[in-house]
Amino acid sequence: MITTPLILDQIRRHGEATYPEECCGFLLGTADEDNQATALHQVPNRQEDRRTHRYTITPADYRNADEAARARGLDIVGMYHSHPDHPAQPSATDLAEATFPGYTYVIVSVTSGTATDLTAWTLAPDRSAFLQESITTEASAATR
Amino acid sequence: MATTTEQPSVTIRIPTPLRSYTNNQSIVEVDGATVQAALTDLIDTYPALKPHLYHDTGDLRSFVNIYVGDEDIRYLDGPQTALEEDAEVSIVPSIAGG
Repeated sequence: MITTPLILDQIRRHGEATYPEECCGFLLGTADEDNQATALHQVPNRQEDRRTHRYTITPADYRNADEAARARGLDIVGMYHSHPDHPAQPSATDLAEATFPGYTYVIVSVTSGTATDLTAWTLAPDRSAFLQESITTEASAATR
Repeated sequence: MATTTEQPSVTIRIPTPLRSYTNNQSIVEVDGATVQAALTDLIDTYPALKPHLYHDTGDLRSFVNIYVGDEDIRYLDGPQTALEEDAEVSIVPSIAGG
């Protein structure tokens, strides 16, 4: 994916703010060969219990994010969530719950309250695994 | 002309990553008197969508929610929810993980 240092920083700060619980949200931008994330849309972790190990984003939150994106001429190009005290690698649960190939899934590891590694992934077209995406940062959100 | 009943023409909103399977269309026009018929028309037109929306068993994947207007079809009549002309159907993922 292509994004800005500011957006990566905002994801890290969100993960630190909700630590030791997982944070989650949407990446808004433009979808092309590489997803370009130019804005974030934070949402609450709607998981009822075990929010230190799980996150849930409801359809209502998706629809609100989609509306917010379209109002800005953008699309939902992916999601992000944090792994408190776990590596920035997709978990078995992440794969089991994965939605559609083509979304960028960003994971930020938050260790003892401080954001560390941040990685990006996409679901393989055959849905069998997450494939790591490169993260390219540009100084400003020069979209469209 | 065949004597089949005319099916309502409806639109289906496609999530961003699935547009690579719909010629980059974000909104696809299909025909169907029910949600199931409309989705079948969608899949018939764009078969590569099917494995991302349905299990091999033919059931919708659990993270795939279908809305008609602002209503989740789970709270209407499910796949048999009737559609009127120009109804707006949306494919809405619920997202989760660990």
